[in-house]
Amino acid sequence: MEKILRRIARVGVVSEPPPRPNPALRELSQRLDAVILERLGRALAIRHVDAGSCNGCELEIHALANPYYNLEGLGIKFVASPRHADLLLVTGPVTRNMEQALRRTYDAMPAPKLVVAVGDCGCTGGIFGESCASLGRVANVLPVDVAVPGCPPRPIALLQAILTAVTADRRSSPA
Amino acid sequence: MSVVLERHSVEAADWIPLLLSIKADGGRLCALWGSDAPRSVHTLLAVHDRLLWFDLPVNATQYPDVSTVFPAAARMQRAIRDLFGLHAGDDERPWLIHGDAPYPFVQVEGEGVHEIPVGPVHAGIIEPGHFRFSVVGERVLRLEQRLGYVHKGIEKRFESMTLAEGAKLAGRVSGDSTVAFAWAYAMALEQAAGAQLPRRALWLRALALERERIANHLGDLGYLGNDGGLAFGLAQFSRLKEDLLRVNERLFGHRYLMDRIVPGGVTIDIDASGSENLLLEANRLEQEVLALRAIYYDHPGLQDRCINCGRLAPRLAVELGVVGLAARASGIAIDARVFPALAPYDELEPQMCAHRNGDVASRIVVRFEEIFESLRLQRRILSSLPSGEAKIELPEPVEGAFGVGWVEGWRGEVFVALEAGAGSRVRRCHPHDPSWQNWPALEHAVLGNIVPDFPLINKSFNLSYSGADL
Repeated sequence: MEKILRRIARVGVVSEPPPRPNPALRELSQRLDAVILERLGRALAIRHVDAGSCNGCELEIHALANPYYNLEGLGIKFVASPRHADLLLVTGPVTRNMEQALRRTYDAMPAPKLVVAVGDCGCTGGIFGESCASLGRVANVLPVDVAVPGCPPRPIALLQAILTAVTADRRSSPA
Repeated sequence: MSVVLERHSVEAADWIPLLLSIKADGGRLCALWGSDAPRSVHTLLAVHDRLLWFDLPVNATQYPDVSTVFPAAARMQRAIRDLFGLHAGDDERPWLIHGDAPYPFVQVEGEGVHEIPVGPVHAGIIEPGHFRFSVVGERVLRLEQRLGYVHKGIEKRFESMTLAEGAKLAGRVSGDSTVAFAWAYAMALEQAAGAQLPRRALWLRALALERERIANHLGDLGYLGNDGGLAFGLAQFSRLKEDLLRVNERLFGHRYLMDRIVPGGVTIDIDASGSENLLLEANRLEQEVLALRAIYYDHPGLQDRCINCGRLAPRLAVELGVVGLAARASGIAIDARVFPALAPYDELEPQMCAHRNGDVASRIVVRFEEIFESLRLQRRILSSLPSGEAKIELPEPVEGAFGVGWVEGWRGEVFVALEAGAGSRVRRCHPHDPSWQNWPALEHAVLGNIVPDFPLINKSFNLSYSGADL
């Protein structure tokens, strides 16, 4: 226990505050806090579904939880059940084998629900495209609010996309 | 040295006797895949330091069952059947093409036995797959995996690409092993083209591969601590991993080094200041990991969760044909960097890290040891990096030229079998992830353990879904 405490004390807090010299970034963190307070009572809950990803995007989604990005410190957390989720974060092209599971996850979420498509594959189908096994981009299966490109998108871009999803006006979508 | 490869065509009648004699000679099944036009089944076997590639033309729809010789072939055969309609063995349940029919899991019967279905969407941020547990109380009597959820037609996709374009797709077979797959693909293509790479290119590839290993091991050690109830470990290791990824991006332009290995060499290089950066990073990282290792090894709660948990006995690991990190933690001396030690590893002299217990704790030990060894290799690469070109122009492979890549990724050995078509296009490409061999071992390792230990056991193998679903 002593060693653990020593190490914690020695490392200190590495979470990156909104870097003041960079107005664009500071705006991101401020807006994030304000939005979550205002719309979601400081508790945005995200459900992630890998609908066919190569696992690259998952690595960056994991990175959001590391002490640098400290996602939970911003009031955002990943939840185990779609019934607890406000936002669905979808990676990959949607495979035929995942289509049903993805639709069911979406259906199980309470409204209002937001969808963020992650990565080049989520945005366009990416390098896998559409084929007998792949339905391509997430928007081919679900209404998508925000799409964040990148292979994989950096954690900061993911954070920005999540923010955009809770600030942008939701476009009219099929019920 | 480079890959020593022989390729032969065989008749159905000779197929099984041939495999038996190869097995008797110490051979292992590396990969099994299908192709159409003409419809055939291909197998790649490693015999000592040589690779044997056999083609079996299949005129009817049936071919002799390889899993009777190498059990690991069972799922590969089910995949071939789904993709090409060629049958072998008696398990006719779908694997990669799911369809709508309910999947008939094997039923376990008896007083108090019940089932726990998990997935394909899991509670955490992981790839999709279905696990069906049959349990009595908390104890697991049987685990059956159903995979294939992220099957996106990768092999067919290759066939719509040029050989150059295929490199990018190879780097996305399994995102966490992008360096290993990109290297294996490039190695296969370079063999098909008959090209010799400059030493500098090979050494820089090894640098990238070792950094991929370190990054993944750091991530896994964090999650293993977390799953064992030590959230402190996750915070610390995920911080160290992020540091490494940031250095990757600063020096090499990509956090995971995607597309840095290309056919003909690498797109990265390193100068004196970059090299100094990496050496400083390595020293700091080594100190931090040493300190964390002491904490992990001294932590009674974590050790209690890990020791004897999810044990894969060495004898069973051999029988199942397990490879990579999981094999080394079960006493099997297998590491392609050490043997056959393809260039540049023949010059780098890596040390194999292994353990005999085959439990979660052993797989943790192997990860720790491999981080230190990879850091040592990185120092060695940086201190005597050969001068010269880091990339050459590849001659165009002739139609029908073929090659194989063999790379020890962080999870285990990655193979790519590649055949060139006309006009520098891919005729057929099979990228093979070690998870094909290792997934069935997880079904065994979990037996007799309690359900709450499954996440820990699963994480200790950390197998790829995308890599094996193709």
